[in-house]
Amino acid sequence: MSTLSSMQAVYTDDIPAEHPWSRRIARGQTLRIIDSEGQQAVDALLYGADDAAERYSAQDTMRAGNSPYVGLGSKLISNKGRVLACLTADTCGMHDTSAGCCSCESNAVRFGEDTRYQHACRENFILELSKYGMTKRDIVANLNFFMNVPIEPSGNFTVVDGISASGNYVDITAEMDVIFVISNCPQINNPCNGFNPTPIRVEIFDPPAA
Amino acid sequence: MMSAARRGLLEANRGRYEELRAAGQSATPKRLPEPTPREGAVIAADAIIRREMVPPGWYTTVALRRGEALRVTDPSGRSSVSMIGWRQEDPSERINCADTVKVQWTAALAKGRVIFSDMGRVLLSLIEDTSGAHDLLAGGSTPASTLAAYGATTRNTYDNFLGAAAKLGLGLRDVPPCITFFAPVVVGADGRFAWKRERKHAGDFVDLRAEMNLVLAISNCAHPLDPARPAASEDITLTRYRAPPAAADDPCRTGSPEAARAFTFTDRLFA
Repeated sequence: MSTLSSMQAVYTDDIPAEHPWSRRIARGQTLRIIDSEGQQAVDALLYGADDAAERYSAQDTMRAGNSPYVGLGSKLISNKGRVLACLTADTCGMHDTSAGCCSCESNAVRFGEDTRYQHACRENFILELSKYGMTKRDIVANLNFFMNVPIEPSGNFTVVDGISASGNYVDITAEMDVIFVISNCPQINNPCNGFNPTPIRVEIFDPPAA
Repeated sequence: MMSAARRGLLEANRGRYEELRAAGQSATPKRLPEPTPREGAVIAADAIIRREMVPPGWYTTVALRRGEALRVTDPSGRSSVSMIGWRQEDPSERINCADTVKVQWTAALAKGRVIFSDMGRVLLSLIEDTSGAHDLLAGGSTPASTLAAYGATTRNTYDNFLGAAAKLGLGLRDVPPCITFFAPVVVGADGRFAWKRERKHAGDFVDLRAEMNLVLAISNCAHPLDPARPAASEDITLTRYRAPPAAADDPCRTGSPEAARAFTFTDRLFA
């Protein structure tokens, strides 16, 4: 649990199901992502606010953590090897960073061509990143908060039912000024959202007074 | 409140997902071909276009047309080979490790598997593979990882990919997560990475058939999880050769329903 209370938040927003969101988070600020109704995957990307070519690197993060999963204490590492942010609270305990985001194109491959014209996280990312002059080129492998993707020693890799309950949250404290981008995942073809996308809430907290 | 019709759709989707998962994790692996013997799959001399050697620590770029393949060989059994790649006509389309893992229901690449682009198409097929020990998760070496491993920053895959990208008119924004061949990284039951040295062998090779026109960046640097101190990488060999596009009964094309769809979408680029 965190010592931060929602009463102290300097910013609060409810992100509707299937929608994107982004915000600049200053060094020292904490972003809380709340799975309002439970079992909702939250796809996330981070970019350096001053140099967006520096961005979240899933592979560097996994290597630094010696694990394909992220959780309390995980350092989110940039492609330049620097710490973008840290997970400072986590009431869920299961987050993925190896499965990437859904796209219309990968949905068509995975689930059949009749799913091509369903909304997808990459559509959200493209639209949200366009506000910062970024394009599909800038979309890299992302974080999936509250998404449960166990990898077995055999390599078997499955998106299974999320374990997050209504009100579970994760706190991410910025170590540098970042643009934090979210896609509230619209996927309805696998269990990452319990087959039913729902809203999430974000809150931002200032650093504790010195 | 959710409507009965929507509830029905979502229940149907769950049923379909469980069917796809069962097929992807039991039927498909049974259909995969056996690994290539290390002395097997000799390339006909008249099919070879070019053979080159890349020394340890270095990189190169290889343009590969549809109808060609690249054999990546580790003669010493001590090297690992990191690779990224772009579609030649539109480099915003590029290797996507996450989709490669997710779509095939496995982080274990082997003969008969494919490497996906971010556009639901097949970049490369593993038409031969002696190893089956490749890493899609932990990435290549970086200045920080070499400093931590060897006590000094050495040549590394991050710098190599930047160099390769720059020579193609691309930059840091174009460098996606990489695959590393001959890097036996597994995820243990404890959720931690482990390095399976016993799965590396002198003479291991993997043959990558281009399913579209590509440019590959290839880096011969020790994998960051390789415990060898100092790094033990040796020369690697790249052999570019003519290989006809996948036939209707090609094992990579027919290995799974997902691969079959991805080949269909890829073929449309050339229809």
